[in-house]
Amino acid sequence: MRFKDVFSIIGPGMIGPSSSHTAGAVRIGRVARELLGSQPERVVIRLYRSFADTYRGHGTDVALAAGLLGWDTDHDGIPQALVAAEQAGMELSFVPKPDNVPHPNTAALQMHGGGRELLVTGTSIGGGNIAIVGIDEFDVRFSGSFPTLVLRHADRIGLLADVTRLLSAARLNIGQMNVDRTSRSGAALTVVETDGPLPRDLVRSIARLEGVSEVRKIDLTKRRRRT
Amino acid sequence: MRFQDLQGLAALCIREGLPIHRLMLEEQARESGRTVRQEKMKMTDYYRVMKEAVRRGLTEDTRSRSGLTGNDAKQVEALRESGAGMLGPLGDKALAYALAVSEVNASMGRIIATPTAGSCGVIPGVFVSAQEEFGWSDERMTEGLFTAGALGYVIANRSFVSGAEGGCQAEIGSAVAMAAGALAELRGGTPEQAVHAVGLALKNSLGLVCDPVGGLVEVPCIVRNGFGAVSAITAAQMALAGVRSAIPSDEVIEAMREVGGAMPDKYRETARGGLAATKTGKRIMEELHPRRHAKREEAAASDEDGTGQGASDKDAP
Ligand code: SF4
Repeated sequence: MRFKDVFSIIGPGMIGPSSSHTAGAVRIGRVARELLGSQPERVVIRLYRSFADTYRGHGTDVALAAGLLGWDTDHDGIPQALVAAEQAGMELSFVPKPDNVPHPNTAALQMHGGGRELLVTGTSIGGGNIAIVGIDEFDVRFSGSFPTLVLRHADRIGLLADVTRLLSAARLNIGQMNVDRTSRSGAALTVVETDGPLPRDLVRSIARLEGVSEVRKIDLTKRRRRT
Repeated sequence: MRFQDLQGLAALCIREGLPIHRLMLEEQARESGRTVRQEKMKMTDYYRVMKEAVRRGLTEDTRSRSGLTGNDAKQVEALRESGAGMLGPLGDKALAYALAVSEVNASMGRIIATPTAGSCGVIPGVFVSAQEEFGWSDERMTEGLFTAGALGYVIANRSFVSGAEGGCQAEIGSAVAMAAGALAELRGGTPEQAVHAVGLALKNSLGLVCDPVGGLVEVPCIVRNGFGAVSAITAAQMALAGVRSAIPSDEVIEAMREVGGAMPDKYRETARGGLAATKTGKRIMEELHPRRHAKREEAAASDEDGTGQGASDKDAP
């Protein structure tokens, strides 16, 4: 079943006009911010295909800004999010690109902040649902609709077993897990979607595992400040 | 969920002696692991947003960001208030309210996607007007939303609910069917009558293409929400009178999937066919997005059979 419950039909609550071009874009921005771990100082956003064509009319630009501010899809401030972002010290630029990427609604966010740089690529797949498809040079695929862990780690034997052991000790079911490695640096990136909320000390113990260099927790089901 | 099709849903309701909304609520709580009370509260909150959107659309400025649309609901409401309405008390209000919510959406106001943002006016249009006309409580309306959600759940999983996948029949058509079935149950109809209302309603929108001018959720989306609210009432009225869908509603849903699947790409939210491709539609597109227009023209020319890109939205949940 593609649609799992009544609230995937009635909902989400959102600021219009488009579930794919507005609500989905908010979610992409918010996941990007959570992946960086702080509010970015500067973001260059490349927009592709339908996003590039109609981003102004659909408010895809303000929606991405709202997400980068950490807002929900129904935050009243969304129409003024570009101003709010500027006030919050975020410098945003939007670059529509002519490239024919696979999915019609794609955005790539190149973020700078806290002395770091991070590239996050997301697509909006309909009804406000999204898929994050790239983090830096890694291929990933997750929706943010479940509590999700994103780990950067060395390509060490047994590391994933350690992670799953900690998760099952915390009685957490793994919904989906995928790993991508770069041959160049021997670095790997693993995404774990779980069925239940991720306690903070669990995230801490995973971060302490040998070879793990960074852990990020993403959960769009948790509501943040509203209005 | 213990039901996969509408026949199964009605049978389950009859066996357990429950209305559709109650069965859906219990199934939802089981699926989510939250309590019946929590799920009800979330839906009540959504209904409040819908009523607020009606209010805003009738009182505030709803000019859209593109400037293409806005403030029509107020005109329609003024005509109703002047006593010149022609659809009867319920239809007059439903039309104005559905337009109002849809205009709030187009002007970046807060709405509930039902099932999408493009079709977000139909259900509030029918629900808020019916609540006023029949004196129903908010709790009752919340129940009605669970009925609508149950019917939409079946349609979404057996066919589709986005214009990019199945044309406008999938968005507006589904919203009308959901509103029709819910209104039938709210008015005392049996689960079977609610299911017939779905089939009757969907038949009337089969084949409706998604052709948004300039790629924006404005033209023809907003007026289709108004039309949709009125046809939902029509379908509910037929079902309550005992009219049955000769083709069982589950088969009508299958027909919608078949028609949507066969729709050329240019009629599935690509803004390359139908109203979007008229002389005026193209001019508007050119004014809105001068930079990309030339490229689109090329794409349309090389995609006459409508089998190009964009179909990648097909597996969108
Ligand atoms: S025309 Fe397309 S975008 Fe507009 S309401 Fe219909 S399906 Fe949605």
